[in-house]
Amino acid sequence: MSNIPETGRTPRVQIRLVVIQVLVFSLLFTLGGRLWYLQIRNGKEYADEAKSNNIQQVVQPAVRGSILDARGVPLADNETRLVVSASRTELMKMKDDGKAVLTRLAGVLGMKPQDVMNKIRLCDSRTPKPCWNGSPYQPIPVTDKATTQQALTIREASEDFPGITAELAAVRRYPAPGKARTSQVLGYLSPVTDDEIEKAKDSESPFLRSDQVGRSGIERTYDKELRGQAGVTRYEVDNLGRVMGQTKSDPGVAGSTLVTSIDARVQAVAEYELAQAMKTVRGETDKITGRPYEADSGAVVVMESKTGRVIAMASQPDYDPNVWVGGISAKDYAALTSKDSNYPLLNRAIQGQAPAGSVFKVVSASAAVRAGHDFNDKYLCSSSYSMGNRSFANFESQGHGPITLGDALKYSCNTVFYRLGHQEWIRDGGLKPKKDAKDWFYRTARDFGFGGETGIDLPNEVKGRIPDRQWKQSFWEANKDAWCKQGRKGGTYVEQIAYESCLEGNQLKAYDSINFAIGQGDVLITPIQLATVYAAISNGGTLYDPTVGKAVISPDGKKVREIKPQAHGRLPVDAKTIKDLDKGLRSVVEPGGTAAWRFGGWPQDKIPMHAKTGTAQVYGKQTTSWFATYTRDYTIVMTISQGGTGSGASGPAVRNIYDALYGLDDAGNQDLKRALLPQPQKTLPKINPDGTIEAPAVKPYDPKSQLVDPNAEEDRGGQEPLHGPPPFLRD
Amino acid sequence: MTTRTSFSVSRYAPERGALARITARDSVLRRLDWPILLSSLALSLIGALLVWSATRGRTELNQGDPYYFLFRHVLNTGIGLALMIGTVWLGHRTLRGAVPILYGISILLILAVLTPLGATINGAHAWIVIGGGFSLQPSEFVKITIILVMAMLLAAKVDAGDQLHPDHGTVAKALALAALPMGIVMLMPDLGSVMVMAVIVLGVLLASGASNRWVLGLIGAGVLGAVLVTTLGMLDEYQINRFAAFANPELDPAGVGYNTNQARIAIGSGGLYGAGLFKGHQTTGQFVPEQQTDFIFTVAGEELGFIGAGLILALLGVILWRACRIARETTELYGTVVAAGIIAWFAFQSFENIGMTLGIMPVAGLPLPFVSYGGSSMFAVWVAIGLLQSIRVQRPMSA
Repeated sequence: MSNIPETGRTPRVQIRLVVIQVLVFSLLFTLGGRLWYLQIRNGKEYADEAKSNNIQQVVQPAVRGSILDARGVPLADNETRLVVSASRTELMKMKDDGKAVLTRLAGVLGMKPQDVMNKIRLCDSRTPKPCWNGSPYQPIPVTDKATTQQALTIREASEDFPGITAELAAVRRYPAPGKARTSQVLGYLSPVTDDEIEKAKDSESPFLRSDQVGRSGIERTYDKELRGQAGVTRYEVDNLGRVMGQTKSDPGVAGSTLVTSIDARVQAVAEYELAQAMKTVRGETDKITGRPYEADSGAVVVMESKTGRVIAMASQPDYDPNVWVGGISAKDYAALTSKDSNYPLLNRAIQGQAPAGSVFKVVSASAAVRAGHDFNDKYLCSSSYSMGNRSFANFESQGHGPITLGDALKYSCNTVFYRLGHQEWIRDGGLKPKKDAKDWFYRTARDFGFGGETGIDLPNEVKGRIPDRQWKQSFWEANKDAWCKQGRKGGTYVEQIAYESCLEGNQLKAYDSINFAIGQGDVLITPIQLATVYAAISNGGTLYDPTVGKAVISPDGKKVREIKPQAHGRLPVDAKTIKDLDKGLRSVVEPGGTAAWRFGGWPQDKIPMHAKTGTAQVYGKQTTSWFATYTRDYTIVMTISQGGTGSGASGPAVRNIYDALYGLDDAGNQDLKRALLPQPQKTLPKINPDGTIEAPAVKPYDPKSQLVDPNAEEDRGGQEPLHGPPPFLRD
Repeated sequence: MTTRTSFSVSRYAPERGALARITARDSVLRRLDWPILLSSLALSLIGALLVWSATRGRTELNQGDPYYFLFRHVLNTGIGLALMIGTVWLGHRTLRGAVPILYGISILLILAVLTPLGATINGAHAWIVIGGGFSLQPSEFVKITIILVMAMLLAAKVDAGDQLHPDHGTVAKALALAALPMGIVMLMPDLGSVMVMAVIVLGVLLASGASNRWVLGLIGAGVLGAVLVTTLGMLDEYQINRFAAFANPELDPAGVGYNTNQARIAIGSGGLYGAGLFKGHQTTGQFVPEQQTDFIFTVAGEELGFIGAGLILALLGVILWRACRIARETTELYGTVVAAGIIAWFAFQSFENIGMTLGIMPVAGLPLPFVSYGGSSMFAVWVAIGLLQSIRVQRPMSA
């Protein structure tokens, strides 16, 4: 036949067939290896990815819990608005991507079709606002201000509006009962940011895109409780977003209700009286500067003395918290954060700090006792105190001779405390402090809670400042370069101060201690710290963490978690000293005391009133007025920046708040029917079986109610009308 | 050369009964390569299940009948089987005589595609719509034609005993005959098919014993051609995009990279045992486009897991392994070359198809033999199986 081998192939073909076979099987093994790699080695990863591919979550936001006052009156609640939303997934299924439907919808809502379409487009880096930043599977709100008529039109002709819903939805509202805005205490909400979502992703309470988050005030402190848990329905969807089935769903839990210790009525009084006091004092001329008082800001705290619960807290300037609802406009936000508005977002009761002035003398008196002095010994109240070539004058250079520390409080005698402060400074070693220097004045200030947070349940409380040796040192280290640059020997006052500070600003000087003893110099305190201290003197020495939140009530009303008052310490003096302080402060409102002229007709025997006035000098500004007062049940502290003297600026306002609490008229007659809160509110509001909480009606505060004869505005006097303070008693 | 008759065995034993005839040691049935036949059938039936799973919910495709594609795939398999039997009946040697006619018909068909008779599906103008829901992809049959026409030319003189190896002139002629239909298919443009055909040509040349220069030259030409095609802009944008997406699937996950990403997710999520038939999320959610055809392997990966997908690889392996044996054991070069062409075709097409779903090959519109839905492909691969069987049946019983 031929020379071809039996098998029909030459060796060349034979070899090549083997090559082909090897090639073919290497291809198959490559596939097998890759298959193993994807399915076995990385299978888990892809399985997760497939899951997220298929499940889409639709979120029903939880209704945020209300914030109630102590009697159940809502300070923050939700109002239902008619929200018209569009479902993108429905619209995108249409041939024209829903354009026709949206145009029709725009016609009903009276909007421009383009505006409606812009609202439901998805945000990305290239899309300017408005755009939807949430999940595309979430119905996207087109408007939350639809009228009933518009909603009915959409609902009745639902076949014309596929994918469009008109439903009632909850929107935050701050109703300001009785005109009590409670702005800074309530705080505000704003939408959650991407960063926050990312950060809270693996925590216990992750955010949802639709969440609003408390940014300030109790909205922030109790955000977790108020927010509740959004309901999540998980749909299995195909690649076009068509729903194929429903998988595990979490029913939502509405936010809990927060009952606060705020009494809306008292809050309204406090807000009104603070604003009124500031207005009044602006009409008075400051004798030192010769200008009317600026009274640029102020704060008042009304606290339960025995628990630290805050009944009212107002800060001026304030604002209407409703500006935040539905997203604040850029204009409003700029206004709230501008210098011209003097930062109304600040809660001056916990974020405003100023030198203390004479309200600080309770600290100094206690420090003297701790240093070994007897409270009831006699201390010389001279008209001035000299140290070297410097002379420190008493207020209006009035002397009272040898007096007890109690009387030193009554007359607010500076020189008694100058001397004590100076003596202690010398005892501690003066400029060369001893190793075991006691620093009683500074230590006592800290032990009273100054220079630290009170622990109030409001965010961003400031600490104030106690200018002790350590502070002096660190402050000098931080500033000496600037001082040394600016300072010039024999230059202007400022230059001279800078020069001295540059050289030895780290030293605690004698005059530092002398000033400190009367709450002047570098010391800074906050109204809430002061209220905590005076409440402690009132209650026998316990420093409570002030609280606004009183109880968290579950949405069904079944679970109530009370927020119990907690103490962060005790006053560092014995019971006898506290009694002595108490007696001294009581004498302040009695004849001869610095606040007596503001408490004419006060029923001192029935409701013993205690007070301390303060007028703090602030470099380059008018004096800050302080007024710290307490009765057995309540502590009220008011401060007005650039407001003059304590009793002068705040006296009537504070008295009016007490009058409202106790139902007193100017003559001191008590009418319990008119009393807002003759005793602190002990019980929680009544919870109905269905979980709702009844709210009593709140009448707006009528400032004339405390007049003996409401029609005679002019005659505000009591039985012993006092027109203006005796000059020497002014503090 | 021995006898030219194809179904010859029975003639030698006219006296035996029917049953005896088919069970006799030398009967056609006994001499069939059963592993190939059973593997092909198994692949087709697995394919039927996978196609069913992929199309049950696709109401836009199945006209509301969830069994539509299942039925059609089984029907195609039946027709394929018949075509195989027909091919074995006729015998590859008979077909050898008919090759010029087949070649002519093939050229006419692919030319027809370029006329208004043709239809564009997925960017490739590669279809002739017959009507009644049927359409034909002639390039599938061209693969067979190329194998047969080249084998006929290259093996003629060798099988006649005139040469040890095909001479240069013959090789050149064979290449020219292959190049003509390939060129036309390229114009469609159906690049995937052209790639498969190029690999077929390479396999055929290798097995024919053509000189190394031709083989190396062809590989070089292939590389050069690829470079020219890309640089001269002969590729459509969708083709370039596919390659870009292959290189970097995250580039545009919603666009061209979508297929590869979703395919990989589907397969990866299957794990060892898979989600179970009809239970794959990616499949029921229709995240993978073209899943019943080009991306059918993703259904296997997701729903049948490593075990099911591995079984498909194993069955393909059995077919290729048996085919290699057939290529080695036949006495004629013609049979060897045809078998080698089929091996190259099946191996490369399977590798490309599965490889693209696994993300190791760029996306090209090629069906997975037996498994993918599609009549033309099914018929062509069953004819190829018929050819392999015929080569095996007709080799002498003992050397």
